[in-house]
Amino acid sequence: MTRPGAAARLLAPLLVGTLLLGAWEGAVRWFALPPYVLPGPLLVARTLVEDWPSLSAALLVTLRVTALALLAAVVSGVGLAVLFSQSRWIETALLPYAVILQVTPVVAVAPLIVILADDVRVALLVCAWIVAFFPIVSNTTAGLNGTDRRLLDLFRLHGATRWQTLTQLRLPAAMPFFLAGLRISGGLALIGAIVAEFVAGTGGAASGLAGSILEAGYQLRIPRMFAALALISASGVAIHLATSLVSHLALRRWHESAARWEE
Amino acid sequence: MAVGTMTGAALALRGVGKRYRAGPPVLAGIDLDVPAGAFVSLLGASGCGKSTLLRIVAGLSPPTEGRVAWPAGAPPRIGFVFQDPVLMPWRTALGNVAVPLRLARVPRAERRARAAAALERVGLADAAARLPRELSGGMRMRVSLARALVTEPEVLLLDEPFAALDEITRHRLNDDLLRLWSARRFTALFVTHSVLESVLLSGRVVVLAARPGRIHASLPVDAPGARDEAFRTSPSYAALCRTVSGALAGAMAA
Repeated sequence: MTRPGAAARLLAPLLVGTLLLGAWEGAVRWFALPPYVLPGPLLVARTLVEDWPSLSAALLVTLRVTALALLAAVVSGVGLAVLFSQSRWIETALLPYAVILQVTPVVAVAPLIVILADDVRVALLVCAWIVAFFPIVSNTTAGLNGTDRRLLDLFRLHGATRWQTLTQLRLPAAMPFFLAGLRISGGLALIGAIVAEFVAGTGGAASGLAGSILEAGYQLRIPRMFAALALISASGVAIHLATSLVSHLALRRWHESAARWEE
Repeated sequence: MAVGTMTGAALALRGVGKRYRAGPPVLAGIDLDVPAGAFVSLLGASGCGKSTLLRIVAGLSPPTEGRVAWPAGAPPRIGFVFQDPVLMPWRTALGNVAVPLRLARVPRAERRARAAAALERVGLADAAARLPRELSGGMRMRVSLARALVTEPEVLLLDEPFAALDEITRHRLNDDLLRLWSARRFTALFVTHSVLESVLLSGRVVVLAARPGRIHASLPVDAPGARDEAFRTSPSYAALCRTVSGALAGAMAA
């Protein structure tokens, strides 16, 4: 099978998207559906432009929670993975709790966190962090522990300290694994931020995109719901592209997942 | 040069044995003196524990019996060449060679100069800035050799380093290794399962028998003069190979 070229990889999804949106708009007009049942994409786009001041504020709130949660997940995830790699005992003792944190649905824990946290913004952050942090811990741990035994022997032979082994060997070797975890966690942080807001329900200026959707739903402003939804999807895609780009830039010179081999 | 003329043992193994958990012994009763500056091959079939012995000498794995002694005093600087190049894919050839110096906290400028010199000695001066994936298998092995020699080790341990290479590349690397050894006279302990290679390179071939790994025979390779193409095609080389081959067959039957 031949692989599609760069242009085709961009054009093919765009073409599908255009066709789907066209069919959607056509169906709405053909069946004369009222906007409170199903708005067409043109109306959604117009709403997006008209409501931009309030929607962009909500977008900023959601993105801030997502970014902070991802940052916290990276710092705590890598830190915990490094701790695990230093001692099997610590890993054995703590890993089950990381798993519990991961398998408990965030929707179920969110109300508890909202009660415990004074500030709703802190509660949102904690929820998003809980979902985002596990892929980074487990991937980075796998990378740190999967370091080539013979390179570890080489370091031992030359009297490397723990710190040298960690910074010069284990961490670089774990890089591809960490970045794979980061790509997953980026999307999860956004999902966590949205889900948490649905549960926690913020109001006023602190309201994010989930708040916009809820509010628009109560007011039957369906086009605004769709507009907020479109912004969430766009944010998700942007996060995915950004983390993929970071990963590509970090690995393109040496790792097989990113490097292009000379034919 | 005949090996026996060198003075003093660099390395002495006394009753070295190894056993993993409750399993059968992997090595038993290994007594071996390696003179300073000698080139000694450990020859044996796979599973005879020769790689394990090398790891014990390197201090990477403690013996469960006996001991490893360094009669000259403190444990020497050791270079180790693995079966595969075992390079860091994210470091250039130069960066990989410099790793042992980095670990010894040698200043950057000196580190780079010494690594570049080591690369030049293995004929890779032009490849310093290239990544391992941009090098051929033989070149990667040369980088690995340069990395092992960059600290000017007194003892070089080689664990079937050229086994995975094609015949032509292996020939050239054997020649390079002999040239480097002639120039620096480190003590070399070379693990191999190739009779031809062991005779070509070393002053003494130690034949190991398996289960448990033990010394079956220790044969001097009496071949003064250069180990060059003339030697490789000489009747005396063929005769030596036949002798060693016979000893290996005996070890397999033992």
